[in-house]
Amino acid sequence: MSLHDPRYKARIASHLAKYPDKRSAVMPLLYIAQEAYGWVSPKGVQEVAEICEMDPTQVKSIAGFYTMYSERTKGRYWLHVCTDLPCALNGAETFYRELQDYLGVEEGGTSEDGLFTVEHVMCLAACDKAPMLQCNFRYMESLDMEKMKAWIEERRAELEAAGQGQGA
Amino acid sequence: MRLLLRGRDIPDLHQLSVYQANGGYEALKRALAMQPAEVIDEVKASGLRGRGGAGFPAGVKWSFIPQNEPIKYVAVNADESETGTFKDREIMEDNPHQMIEGALICAWAIQATAVYIYLRGEFWDIGDLLEDCIAEAEAAGFAGKNILGSGWSCPVYTHLGAGAYICGEESAMLSSLEGVLGQPRVRPPFPAQKGGGLYKEATVVNNVETLTNVPWILSNGAAAFRAIGTEQSAGTKVFCVSGHVPRPGNYELPLGTPLRELLVDHAGCDPENIKAILPSGGSGPIVPGTDEVLDTPLSYEAMQDLGTILGSASIIVMDNTVDMTWVASKVTKFFTHESCGKCTPCREGTYWLDKVLDRILAGEGKPEDVQLIDNVAKNMAGTTLCALGDFAANPIIHTISNFPDDFNAHVQPKPEEEKPAASAPRRGRRRRASA
Repeated sequence: MSLHDPRYKARIASHLAKYPDKRSAVMPLLYIAQEAYGWVSPKGVQEVAEICEMDPTQVKSIAGFYTMYSERTKGRYWLHVCTDLPCALNGAETFYRELQDYLGVEEGGTSEDGLFTVEHVMCLAACDKAPMLQCNFRYMESLDMEKMKAWIEERRAELEAAGQGQGA
Repeated sequence: MRLLLRGRDIPDLHQLSVYQANGGYEALKRALAMQPAEVIDEVKASGLRGRGGAGFPAGVKWSFIPQNEPIKYVAVNADESETGTFKDREIMEDNPHQMIEGALICAWAIQATAVYIYLRGEFWDIGDLLEDCIAEAEAAGFAGKNILGSGWSCPVYTHLGAGAYICGEESAMLSSLEGVLGQPRVRPPFPAQKGGGLYKEATVVNNVETLTNVPWILSNGAAAFRAIGTEQSAGTKVFCVSGHVPRPGNYELPLGTPLRELLVDHAGCDPENIKAILPSGGSGPIVPGTDEVLDTPLSYEAMQDLGTILGSASIIVMDNTVDMTWVASKVTKFFTHESCGKCTPCREGTYWLDKVLDRILAGEGKPEDVQLIDNVAKNMAGTTLCALGDFAANPIIHTISNFPDDFNAHVQPKPEEEKPAASAPRRGRRRRASA
């Protein structure tokens, strides 16, 4: 889905209208590009550069500077687990290792079914509810492995049900 | 007493009608009936200090803005990224209009032409909430064009970051907003000066909590605000308490409240089982959990006298099981990840500190490694464009000086290793705090 698709027109225009300089819209537009392509693809970078009147190299450097833009494809669910000090004091490192083991992945890896990509991240400002993670940027807090396993299996069951519904 | 976390007392305070029913936007009306300079004087007289970490007097910062420039900005720092800090999130989720009102009063005081709220990217849902609040406020005439019929116009915009701690540093935040890499700038010129702010225009950068205090000050007067807290630290503060704590969370208390009252009475800690405290997330010097420390008032001045900082007041508690070498390593990993790479001492220093700490924790360190990392850290401090270089040095310097035994236990050769024994002793497995 290109950024030039009509569905993005109003959102892009509203971001451009916020700033005296088109270049300032590069960050919101990178989010839209990520949404459109599922990741910050070279085509997305090119389109953002055209709209913001920037060099694609500059856009690419901004995409690489921030952790919330993904420059590679990932699973359907991005699990960003906080393992920073306050969470680690409450078992987040053990939680993260067990989650990796359960999904059979290493740091940054994607589960075999293509559903879950796991990474550790720095403080997400939810230290009173550790262990916690962000799943596709939504907070999941006060977690333990029992809750996580149940949640993972629900997602897998959902996908299976959807697949059968389509007669796949 | 709650000036900021009022959402705990008033349900649905995020709705404009509820906020107005509880005195909302009356302070803005009052401000607009005053001369901008009078508003600055009132905030100066209140003694309000910046709540983001530096503690700089807010009214004084506002008074640096040149009066005759046609374009000026307010940039709200909602990038809340310091390890252990989660106060701005609660303020914005439960009491968003008070922050917006405070930003608009600041904007009136400096005659700003726009307000930008820079949120950390993970707070996109708060961004959506703020967009709704801004639309409500605009429809009611409190923001946007011709505010309250004054002829003064000031739109309020949100901008999402995308996961970079450094963008909480004010000059990096402004660069990020402009669409260039979020790295700190050389100062002077400072943001409040022409040439140093957003798009090179004079800009006030204030933290969410700082601005959320402003409507209360305008409504109740500087003297009433000064009556709370201490002589040099007026008002309340939202303390974020996390780590080994029975009741973690945000606690809004008057500045000057003793640390013991916060941690023991409110958060439920056992004072006998506090080994160490990080009073300002990863960035401030660590202190031991002694009686002297616990009896220190939580004010900017008393914490400074103690050799640490109040900072953003994100207080991380560690009990007696925690190995401080591990803590130094955790905090160093944070700063290694978050160093923006612009200044060599910070970029290279954090990288090598992390490597040597890994070696020490793996049981492969030498006694001189402790001196080595202390030396590297001391050579980083004060040599970088922004404070991150100092912040990254703190966890090393102050864990070593306060808890030398924790480091020595990893690097001292064990007696049985000195003789060539047939059965080699196990190495590399040490007590970790995270289990």
